[in-house]
Amino acid sequence: MTLAPETTDLKVELRLNDDWFAICELARLLPGRGVAALLPDGRQAALFRDRAGNLYAVDNRDPFGGAAVLSRGLTGTHQGRPFVASPLLKQRFDLETGQCLDDESVRITTYAVRAA
Amino acid sequence: MTATPEATEATPTIVLVGHGMVGQRFLEALAERGMTATHRVVVLCEEPRPAYDRVALTSYFSGKTPEDLSMTDMEFIETHGIELYVGDPAVAVDREAKKVTARSGQVFDYETLVLATGSYPFVPPVPNKDAQGCFVYRTIEDLLAIEEYAKTRTTGAVVGGGLLGLEAAGALKGLGLTSHIVEFAPRLMPVQVDEGGGAALLRTIEEMGLSVHTGVGTQEIVVDAEGAVTGMKLSDGSELATDLVVFSAGVRPRDQLARDCGLTVGERGGITVDEQCRTVSDPHVFAIGECALASDGRVYGLVAPGYEQAETAAATIASDEAAFLGADLSTKLKLLGVDVASFGDAHGATADCLDVVYSDSRAGLYKKLVIGRDGTLLGGILVGDAEAYGTLKAFTGSVPPVKPESLVLPAGAGESVQLGPTALPDDAIICSCNNVRKGTIRAAVTDHQCTTVPEVKKCTKAGTTCGSCVKVLGQLVTAELEASGVEVDKGLCGCFSQTREELYEIVLALRINTYQDLLDRYGRDGAKGGDGCEICKPAVGSIIASLAPTIGASNYVLDGEQASLQDSNDHFLANIQKNGSYSVVPRIPGGEITPEGLIVIGEIARDFGLYTKITGGQRIDMFGARVEQLPLIWTRLVDAGFESGHAYGKSLRTVKSCVGQTWCRYGVQDSVRMAIDLELRYRGLRSPHKLKSAVSGCARECAEAQSKDFGVIATASGWNLYVGGNGGATPRHADLLAQDLSDAELIKLIDRFLMFYIRTADRLERTSTWLERIPGGLDHVRDVVVEDSLGICEELESLMTAHVAHYADEWATTINDPEKLARFVSFVNAPDTPDPVVGFVPEREQIKPDLPLLTIGHRPLEGSAQR
Ligand code: SRM
Ligand SMILES: Cc1cc2nc3c(=O)[nH]c(=O)nc-3n(C[C@H](O)[C@H](O)[C@H](O)COP(=O)(O)OP(=O)(O)OC[C@H]3O[C@@H](n4cnc5c(N)ncnc54)[C@H](O)[C@@H]3O)c2cc1C
Ligand code: SF4
Ligand code: FES
Repeated sequence: MTLAPETTDLKVELRLNDDWFAICELARLLPGRGVAALLPDGRQAALFRDRAGNLYAVDNRDPFGGAAVLSRGLTGTHQGRPFVASPLLKQRFDLETGQCLDDESVRITTYAVRAA
Repeated sequence: MTATPEATEATPTIVLVGHGMVGQRFLEALAERGMTATHRVVVLCEEPRPAYDRVALTSYFSGKTPEDLSMTDMEFIETHGIELYVGDPAVAVDREAKKVTARSGQVFDYETLVLATGSYPFVPPVPNKDAQGCFVYRTIEDLLAIEEYAKTRTTGAVVGGGLLGLEAAGALKGLGLTSHIVEFAPRLMPVQVDEGGGAALLRTIEEMGLSVHTGVGTQEIVVDAEGAVTGMKLSDGSELATDLVVFSAGVRPRDQLARDCGLTVGERGGITVDEQCRTVSDPHVFAIGECALASDGRVYGLVAPGYEQAETAAATIASDEAAFLGADLSTKLKLLGVDVASFGDAHGATADCLDVVYSDSRAGLYKKLVIGRDGTLLGGILVGDAEAYGTLKAFTGSVPPVKPESLVLPAGAGESVQLGPTALPDDAIICSCNNVRKGTIRAAVTDHQCTTVPEVKKCTKAGTTCGSCVKVLGQLVTAELEASGVEVDKGLCGCFSQTREELYEIVLALRINTYQDLLDRYGRDGAKGGDGCEICKPAVGSIIASLAPTIGASNYVLDGEQASLQDSNDHFLANIQKNGSYSVVPRIPGGEITPEGLIVIGEIARDFGLYTKITGGQRIDMFGARVEQLPLIWTRLVDAGFESGHAYGKSLRTVKSCVGQTWCRYGVQDSVRMAIDLELRYRGLRSPHKLKSAVSGCARECAEAQSKDFGVIATASGWNLYVGGNGGATPRHADLLAQDLSDAELIKLIDRFLMFYIRTADRLERTSTWLERIPGGLDHVRDVVVEDSLGICEELESLMTAHVAHYADEWATTINDPEKLARFVSFVNAPDTPDPVVGFVPEREQIKPDLPLLTIGHRPLEGSAQR
């Protein structure tokens, strides 16, 4: 990644309410794979980074199975939009909107995320 | 990277003397047979550069650089651990001590010595033959010297009007010199063409502005006071003024090294070898290429027979059967502007043969076909227009489907027929340099999904040497594609328009070893440069892993980019369960386990509180491990000698066994040992879908081998191999592929079968569905893997050999890599806090997932409404 050298001490931050909450160093995010983060209120977020360096964060919980595993899913692009596929039964979720691409009625929480 | 076998006394060494075209092909043939993995290979190369395309030498003058001409991929040399000493020729061979001494003073012990020293240009013993301005035409260095010298001169002469002489003369003309050709015989290219052809050729050559002097010999080179060439005296008493002389009066085998160490050489030179290319004097020494006197009494001065000799020697050294019985001397002159070709029995030497001749001196055309009494095409000569060369050469030896004369008449002249190569029989040789038949080229299109000539060239090697067959190749590819009908989008996914099989071929042929490279070069337009998708990433990850050692990728699936491609389970080297915990399945080859092994597994399961179960695959599964516990559990398993069982991978699962001959009163072979051998051989092999196997010790079939992808059943005289079996939702009984095999035969066939499946199956296609889908089904698979109808078995075997040689347990690698271990945490910001959703409740004295915990996510939290 071209971003890597000059961003080594950048932190990934999530917006919770009105504050930015630091999660980890940017370098911990491998392009194409996710990590799970524990939030102060006990919820979990799944954070991803794509090849171009964009960051995404969604709720870590797979709404179909209930397990907190979305951070371990495979990512990709579908019609130009980034998504993660659940490792359980493979449903895909749009990383920007949280919309499930395989079931219109399901949408997961997304978080604003930045490297700072 | 292939580990170079340590140069211990135990490693047999093959020393190759001469790194020319044939030497290089020999190295490739060795590598294809996996011999480079088991042998130390030393190459002594006299020239200052490794092997290059001598056939295309003259193209240097049309802009090709020495680098363009190179035939040596240094990565190939490195990957196969070949020791290549450039600029260091062999100077002596001691056959008794089996040692070769190089000019640098290095001494190499050999088990097998292969001489591929080529030829040297013959320079007639005329006075002043070594004067300044006299050259030969054989190496890149010769060309560089000629080019340099010609810069300040105006006239050049070539001694010799054969194939090479004409090429050299064309080159001199290209350098801006007034050029002469002096040929002792009464016509040009006396070996290839007859009188009529020579006359037509003469006219064309003269029209190009070259002066031809036939029927005269060179008697003396005339020099000035400084010793530089000024002209030459000819046998008819005349003198020809020239500044530069290139001798091209034929070549002689370079057999001095062989003579010096007492090897038998022919009367007119050439190291005498048998049909296996082994020297008749010493079973440890082989000779191939232009330095060899073949068993048919000929020294071949063309590259195609040399290649065949290289393959023969490599096969023989690898203890395979092969023989070189002779070759045909078809040639097509590549000299710009003149088309000259001769093939088969060009001079009509066969008894009772007839000629069909078409000649038009004005147009410089001459075409002759030699026909047998029964209409068989025996050979021919084409001058001025060699369009039909490829087709005619391929028809040689058969009765063409149309009248021969119609094949040589110019277009528009009444009976002329454009006989396309589609009319050729499947076994017609299209590329004689590489001995590729039409059937193989068609199969490249139909079975290997090649859609362009470059793909077919890579796939079959056809067209990669002299290039004269490329036109026919193109016609065949187009015809085959058309015959296969309308194009449908068979693409793997939204990112790739190619099928998995095509991607496999691309990755293998071009040695592409990253997903991004493949996507950016071969992805669909909108997908290039993007992130790919969940379908192609694991599929390509699997292809890269299957071919890792061959394409120079890491054999560790979590290395670098590969980690991001793996399916979620492969990424954590474990199977995810419904609550986000994992199961752990150590490999238990053949289902055989010691009491100590059972105790270790028991202790680990107890210490980590895991649920334990015997699986349907004859091993033990431990459930309920948290992601952060996986490394701790595996550290203990690896310490106790266990390896990953790949329960998570599209790869070999288990090879089940029955107890077999050792204990069972009915058993006829040791089924447990064979099951263990097979499991250890194929462990870690990534494939389109999972692979399962079983070995039964007799026909009672307690191991259920006939429900496996490859199943083995013992017989009194060996093993029966069944393929394409499946349990699961759509069970299928396996088909018998071959019977009564020895251990070695069995393994060879399985190697081929699995690699052919990996190469051609779709993603997530088990062997059962693959076998039903592919055209020709079981019969085709049998043709390919048993009869080697596509000629790919060597490659399939060597791919498997490479896999076996590079296998390493991925869990052992992972627990020793702190960076990889950092991924096995519950939370990146709270690595020590277990996932609160993963909990367990008791059941039958063990644990099971606490499912109600999974519903906690439904609790809406204040302040973060869903968008
Ligand atoms: C553990 C085990 C069941 C058991 O407790 O015995 C099992 C468990 C799973 N099987 Fe199986 N299969 C197990 C033996 C079998 C067998 C019996 C055998 O191998 O002899 C079969 C039938 C034989 C066959 O495959 O042809 C079998 C046919 C399947 C199938 C159907 C395959 C098919 O081609 O139709 C699937 C689904 C798939 O792969 O798509 C499947 C898939 C699975 C998965 C991977 C389902 C999943 O996605 O979670 C399960 C993984 C569990 C885990 O976490 O380890 N499992 N599964 C067995 C593990 C054997 C081992 O030691 O590796
Ligand atoms: C200009 C030109 C055009 C040609 N065109 C065609 C064509 O169109 N079609 C065709 O079929 N053939 C053609 N040929 C012939 C073809 O190049 C040869 O048949 C082929 O190169 C033979 O391969 P080889 O490996 O046997 O010998 P070479 O390619 O000559 O290789 C032998 C190598 O061994 C080295 N060597 C010799 N002694 C030692 C030693 N003691 N220690 C270490 N190294 C040593 C030499 O330096 C040389 O590099 C052409 C040749 C030339 C020169
Ligand atoms: S298959 Fe034959 S040898 Fe194996 S256990 Fe059954 S009866 Fe015994
Ligand atoms: S005939 Fe020479 S490359 Fe095919």
